[in-house]
Amino acid sequence: MDQNNTAIRESQAGSDEQENQAVRYHIRFSVGQRYLHAVLFSTFIGLALTGLPLRFSHSFWAERFAHVVGGFGAILFFHKFCAVLLTVAFLTHVGNLLYRGFVKHERSLFWGPNSLVPRAKDAEDIFQHIRWFLWLGPRPKFDRFSYWEKFDYWAVFWGMAVIGLSGYTMWFAPFFSRFIPGSWLNIALVLHGEEALLAVWFIFTVHFFNTHLRPESFPMDMVIFTGKESEEEFRHKRPEEYRRLRETGQFQSETTTAAPQLWLKNFARVLGSVIVLIGFTLLVLTLIAFFRS
Amino acid sequence: MSLRLIAVLFLALGGPPQPSQPPQQNVNATCLACHGQPDFTGPSGQNLYIDQSHFAGSVHGSLACTDCHTSITGFPHPAQVTPVNCGACHSNEAAGVGESVHAKVGAVPCLDCHGNPHVIVLVTSPKSPVYPLNIPRTCGTCHGNPEIAKKYGFPNVYSMYMDSIHGFALSKDGLLVAANCSSCHGTHKILSRTNPKSSIYRTNIPYTCGKCHAGPLAQYLAGIHGQQMKAGNPSAPVCTTCHTAHQIVRVSKASWQTKTSSTCGSCHKSRYATYLDTFHAQVSALGYTEVAHCWNCHGNHDILPASNPKSSVNPDNLLHTCRQCHSSATQGFISYQPHANPHDRRAYPALWFVTLFMNLLLITVLSFFAVHTILWLIRTAVGRREAHEGGQQ
Repeated sequence: MDQNNTAIRESQAGSDEQENQAVRYHIRFSVGQRYLHAVLFSTFIGLALTGLPLRFSHSFWAERFAHVVGGFGAILFFHKFCAVLLTVAFLTHVGNLLYRGFVKHERSLFWGPNSLVPRAKDAEDIFQHIRWFLWLGPRPKFDRFSYWEKFDYWAVFWGMAVIGLSGYTMWFAPFFSRFIPGSWLNIALVLHGEEALLAVWFIFTVHFFNTHLRPESFPMDMVIFTGKESEEEFRHKRPEEYRRLRETGQFQSETTTAAPQLWLKNFARVLGSVIVLIGFTLLVLTLIAFFRS
Repeated sequence: MSLRLIAVLFLALGGPPQPSQPPQQNVNATCLACHGQPDFTGPSGQNLYIDQSHFAGSVHGSLACTDCHTSITGFPHPAQVTPVNCGACHSNEAAGVGESVHAKVGAVPCLDCHGNPHVIVLVTSPKSPVYPLNIPRTCGTCHGNPEIAKKYGFPNVYSMYMDSIHGFALSKDGLLVAANCSSCHGTHKILSRTNPKSSIYRTNIPYTCGKCHAGPLAQYLAGIHGQQMKAGNPSAPVCTTCHTAHQIVRVSKASWQTKTSSTCGSCHKSRYATYLDTFHAQVSALGYTEVAHCWNCHGNHDILPASNPKSSVNPDNLLHTCRQCHSSATQGFISYQPHANPHDRRAYPALWFVTLFMNLLLITVLSFFAVHTILWLIRTAVGRREAHEGGQQ
């Protein structure tokens, strides 16, 4: 067994080296975008870990969990800590968008193939994709951001608005109650809890599968961690963008690079596995708690 | 040693009767001629020795043997003697025991609780089995005995009591004022809790506890629970409904605080159910006590309905009540609904609508993507196999 494993490892290392030499890599995400995602998923996990015991406080694991992490005081502290961190990251991102859009006048930010703003092609892609699922048509040629990726992106905006605003309202309830009726605090808790549940279940099933666990990316899509994907993967997953870049000659020059370093890939693998493990554990625990109550 | 000294010693040790001595000593000396022998036994071998020095120090030490053993009039006396009737002197106590539950289950002789009558001491003596600090152990010989408990169908109250706040106060701190068994149940005339004359009959319980807890009693009688109890409402709670009888714990304990809201909820079901939906209840369920439980808003012994101007949850008093925790609460803050019901469309339309919307959103998004994901998975898996088989051909 050991010998086999060693042999496999060596051949993998060999193929990595070969990739380094022969395969061209496309830069999909900037360092800033990768850090943004890292802050987003770490705080999301932190918020889920400290929020779900409260949402399902009567389930068998909630009280035990609360005690393990140091009681409710600790839970609330970490929840607020992650919330502030996520808010800062979110506002930094929005600020960056506003700067690029209105100071730098990057019109492609708001419209076109490089924009995350939905367009007619996305509706066509959904329709085409489902036709393809049913063997009724060819696979749609996705551009830089597919419709489900745009959904993921805007879902965070919606979630930040709903969860963030309701969360801060409850955090500073006496202050906000100068401007809003106290009965809105009841609504805030419902919004906060239900939207959080939607977010957690969506991320730990749909996002995990669509982005990482589907056969084409299994076990995980490295691109958000390394920022790079191979020409082969790029061509297969986003044929329309690949074609555009080839035709305009951009792929050869400024957007290609060498393979990501092995340590970065391994780091991403370990981190990704931990996150998936936490995610699935929370998914199972919340599903049990939800259907028992 | 002079003759006089020998005579004094002789007298002190209870020497032969002298004409100047009271008749009791004459009688006792006669009895003790036999019963004063440590190895003196009866016909069936039972020891009939009476330790004269202990007897002399007992509360009965001034009595003659025949004051109690009235059937014995001379010597020799019959082998079978009539049992002593304590009630001949202690008539009130005997009458009480006669009416008590103990009489109903077969007479419990006085001695079961008071111990050996020849060494019996005053109840104020720490040696007495009915000294306040000794009572639980004395009662516990039966009420802590699993077999007896099973036979008569009562719970093993001794261990419950010993772990209660009263039991700790008595056994750990040695407080004479700590409630022992007889503080609540009485002494000789112990009546069943189903007997309206009993100190632990439901509607008598507040007054029994109130003998010590006068403050809570006054608050309770002024509050809605006490008023309902006095009005004859059979479901009105009394002290033990919330505090239990034998397992009373300190109310500042986290274990008490986190579980007692459900005690209130055993009667106030719908109010408890809506409380469970709130942040207050969620936090409490995690074992954190610095959060609103029922009594933090409603009070405890002096609970009054919201319509009463003195009630802590009367609209005019809410701001003050909320500010106990939310010190900067405003007039707007108090319109928070601590018992909102998201399923009650008429009472809470906005909350009802938001809940419905969020549920629909959750179901729609997850169902769409569940179908999307499963179809995608099948298409990719089958497509790959086809491509693989196609490649082999």
